[in-house]
Amino acid sequence: MKEELIISGRNLPHIDPHLNLWHWQISLYLFLGGLAAGILFFAALVTLLGKEKEYEGAVKFATLIPPIALVIGLFVLIIDLSHMWYAWRLYVTFRITSPMSWGAWTLMLVTPISFLWVMSYMKEYFLYWRWKEGWLHKIEWVVDWLANNRKLMAWILIPSTIILGIYTGILLSAFNARPLWNNSILGILFLTSGLSTGAAMIILFGRSHKERKLFSKIDLILIGIELFLITHMFMGMLAGSQVQLEASELLLGGQFAVTFWVFVVILGLVFPAILEIFELIGFRVPVYVPALLVLMGGVVFRFVMIDAGQLTRFLY
Amino acid sequence: MAIDTNKCVGCTDCVVACQTENNVPIGFCRDWITETVDGTYPNIEIELRSERCNHCDNAPCVRCCPTGASQVADGGIVITVEDECIGCGACIESCPYEARYTHPEGYVDKCTFCLHRVKEGELPACVSVCPTKCMYFGDIDDPNSDVSKVMKFRKYKTLAPEAGTDPHIFYLI
Repeated sequence: MKEELIISGRNLPHIDPHLNLWHWQISLYLFLGGLAAGILFFAALVTLLGKEKEYEGAVKFATLIPPIALVIGLFVLIIDLSHMWYAWRLYVTFRITSPMSWGAWTLMLVTPISFLWVMSYMKEYFLYWRWKEGWLHKIEWVVDWLANNRKLMAWILIPSTIILGIYTGILLSAFNARPLWNNSILGILFLTSGLSTGAAMIILFGRSHKERKLFSKIDLILIGIELFLITHMFMGMLAGSQVQLEASELLLGGQFAVTFWVFVVILGLVFPAILEIFELIGFRVPVYVPALLVLMGGVVFRFVMIDAGQLTRFLY
Repeated sequence: MAIDTNKCVGCTDCVVACQTENNVPIGFCRDWITETVDGTYPNIEIELRSERCNHCDNAPCVRCCPTGASQVADGGIVITVEDECIGCGACIESCPYEARYTHPEGYVDKCTFCLHRVKEGELPACVSVCPTKCMYFGDIDDPNSDVSKVMKFRKYKTLAPEAGTDPHIFYLI
């Protein structure tokens, strides 16, 4: 029998007896960041394909969510910094090896554009505003300019939202000290999950049957990819080193197994996929049910990954 | 740094010396003692180790730091610059040795090998107070340093080498 103990009475807050430094703030941000990236990606794609009129929900209404999501996400991230008055330090340097630095700069780009995007649709949200009078007259040219340059914003958004969606996963996978996170699937898995929750949100905001049907199909494909990636992740871990075996055990049979399999895989992926298939072959399914389930699965997935990942370690 | 696990008695003098020298706040520590017990009584083997930051050559904390606050000082010592640290915790998450903690003032703190002493030509506080003289400190690239000399004729190991960080605390066994 081998037993290892720290005998000098170490009891560091948030580190002993096991690491629990990152809490709901990080999980919530990872979800909101992925969601915003997903919605903006589809909005940009629809715009670039010139189908704004057909898919209004995606470009005009679901895009109200990203500015709110990003502001909430950034707010909880900043209050989570223990040395928060130095947060500006993120923006006086760029560390190419640090995914968090990539994320900080990407957010600096995507967040303003998410606001500008909403602003570009101002005239369509408020049809009865008198744009020729008062202070509105002063900002009319901005709104017009933005509306005319939506394609430019879309071109910037396509790569930047992909980086935003993928970096959250790469951020975690870059920590080789946490065997559960330390796998190269996590980046693409988080991106897929983010796009899937984005598509689900667009379904909720869908303005026509055609639009809801298209995004149901997209969501269905993304759920399929996500299920494959989750399987792939476990295959990699089960064929991995001892620490990875122990890490996968947390989700496969340990304390997070029920949360993960019931709320993420079954209720968050498989069940909504079945409902979406039913809907596509003609059964009447309330469209918001699978969409809300996908969103719920996305939230729980982030929480499980953050909480379980911090329990995995090399020593003691 | 090399630490002789056969000489260490786990007295925690190094822990206290570090706390005093570096004004480590109460309830925190930059180094600690680990006891590994192997076997079943009466066939039992005990190993005592004074542990701290491994000042890795491939330091994950330096790699993932978004502001560059975690950095390698001259001579390969890994340090954190208080004024550049935002307290995001990425380095704490990335450390396989759990050698970093959040200081009550918000920034991340860790063992510096007493860089301020080393610069003056002195030994780190933990090494200087060790009553059994079980710690050897010096430049590993210098064949005449204490640490190089002792590692020439002794067997040694590092902690969690499989984490791929190339740790630089060597435990003599």
